[in-house]
Amino acid sequence: MSLTDSTPTATTTAGNPTIQVPEPPVRGRVAHGGFVHGILTNKKALFGLAILVVFALLALLAPLLAPGNPSDFGPEASLAPSGNHLLGTTSKGQDVLALTLWGSRSSLTVGFTVGIAATFIGCLVGIASAYFGKAIDEVLSLLTNIFLLIPGLPLLVVLAAFLPPGPATVVIVLVITGWAGSARVLRSQALSLRSKDFVAAAVVTGEKAWRIMFREILPNMASIVMSTLLGCVIYGIGAQAGLEFLGLGDTGSVSWGTNLYWANNDGALMTGDWWVLLPSGVAIAVVAFALAMINYAVDEITNPRLRVEKKG
Amino acid sequence: MVFLLRRLGFYVIAFWACITLNFFLPRLMPGDPVSRMFSQVQSQMRPDQVDALRRLFGLDDRPLWEQYIAYIGKIFRGDMGISLSRFPSPVSEVIGSQIGWTLLLGGTSLIIAVILGNFLGVLAAWRRGKFLDSVFPPLLIFVGSFPYFWLAMAALYLFGITLGWLPLSHAFSTGLSPSFSLKYIGDVAAHLILPALTIVLVSIGGWMLGMRNTMIATTAEDYITMARAKGLRPARIMFQYAARNAMLPSVTSFGMSLGFVVGGALLTETVFAYPGIGYQLLTSVQALDYPLTQGIFLTITAAVLAANFLVDIIYVRLDPRVRVS
Repeated sequence: MSLTDSTPTATTTAGNPTIQVPEPPVRGRVAHGGFVHGILTNKKALFGLAILVVFALLALLAPLLAPGNPSDFGPEASLAPSGNHLLGTTSKGQDVLALTLWGSRSSLTVGFTVGIAATFIGCLVGIASAYFGKAIDEVLSLLTNIFLLIPGLPLLVVLAAFLPPGPATVVIVLVITGWAGSARVLRSQALSLRSKDFVAAAVVTGEKAWRIMFREILPNMASIVMSTLLGCVIYGIGAQAGLEFLGLGDTGSVSWGTNLYWANNDGALMTGDWWVLLPSGVAIAVVAFALAMINYAVDEITNPRLRVEKKG
Repeated sequence: MVFLLRRLGFYVIAFWACITLNFFLPRLMPGDPVSRMFSQVQSQMRPDQVDALRRLFGLDDRPLWEQYIAYIGKIFRGDMGISLSRFPSPVSEVIGSQIGWTLLLGGTSLIIAVILGNFLGVLAAWRRGKFLDSVFPPLLIFVGSFPYFWLAMAALYLFGITLGWLPLSHAFSTGLSPSFSLKYIGDVAAHLILPALTIVLVSIGGWMLGMRNTMIATTAEDYITMARAKGLRPARIMFQYAARNAMLPSVTSFGMSLGFVVGGALLTETVFAYPGIGYQLLTSVQALDYPLTQGIFLTITAAVLAANFLVDIIYVRLDPRVRVS
């Protein structure tokens, strides 16, 4: 969350000089190639990507690394980390490592689903708002600003209280509360592209509105869409964990949030079982940090002023 | 003036949207949350109270638009129904008795985070690439990556349980009654440290980074070069010239971040069983006390909207460009 509220100021000023070349194939390749090259030579981005790949692999391989149902109760309760249970066991005898591995599946899936869906809606609303302007812009901007202003977590709690519990509810609720920020950032960027000559040319040649929006404008703001997506994924993972921790998510599933919910419910703090609480929280933080690092790198690549000048 | 009126109009519309959402949520939801709520409390209520509640949640036969108008009328008279979990107190009374704690916790941590974060941001931008600039931003992003509630639990475990320095939960010790004595105020302050610390830790990184980035853009402006050429003291240039202008985006995000702080306070209050309205919101959801849930949601929204309007007024004073256009 801390980074998402700082990105708008950083990204709205970003302008990539290579993105104004009018011919589509050349434009796509130049902008894309420069960006990928920038990512692959940036230490922060590589660091973040490496962490993400490791977590994705662990999530994929969870059934192999920790076979069986991770929430089954076992005979060995509240054991500190040891050779048999690398991360210890809970007060119900579940293996903490298995819970964390399996939890990454739900957390990453929900986080990325929410991130992609929220960014998609944000793109739709933001670009439509900038492209059509006038009354449509007024209405869509009003809607965006209302959703931005309503405090997210209380709204989350109220929605979750009334909707029937389940994994779909969690995703829907998180998307409802999460799309507005991206819509606002993407609108302001699309607005500056709207006045460019190549958009005017496309309008004159009679291209369809959706084609101009998604084939002309969207590819030219790829880097901002990217950093918005990263912000939304961070939001998704964090907010899911928060919702699950409050017991308002899907308490039957295994995710980092539910792990912490059960740990707190079973009084892991009071009994001193710190090892039950540590892994899931650290996992959330490390993934969010990795995403933030990539985001930071995207900012640096697209906004040269933020780059630290080389010494000497 | 036109600007402020426009903003005021926007806040009114936003508040109306929230009331509408509140009105339609229990009426359009699949399943029947309201009957579930009734089944557990019906025995202890008078028939007319049950009737009033049924109306509040749309379990009557009037047409929808008539219910809607009646609902809005009730909200503006401050009548949000009767709390079920704290029967027979009205919702407004329950909220009134607890909102002070949230204001204390949220206000204290927000002010500390904003002042400290912005100050660090100014320093980091001023000394680009030096220690503060290279170590703090990544470190604070990392700390900010931890979920609010997890940091709260970690702080609770470390300082409360293991070291035993600070109290574990609630806003003041049991047995102490609220008074203006030194003992009571000290006790409240001791209970405030841990929850406030966690909110500050998580939110300070965003402030620092935002300020740093705008400061970097500002220091590239001509008038800063001019100030340097005039031979002004660096501290004067940094705070009186650069930081004053770089503050503007921070003022805007101050309003925005109020929502985050309320959310953060909700999670933190839950961990520390701090008796604010965030904690009460969660308890009301668990107790299926829908009138209280909705009342708290409306109150929080109204507070955030009002605070944002205040920020707008301040912004007009700070930035003359808004007044002209």
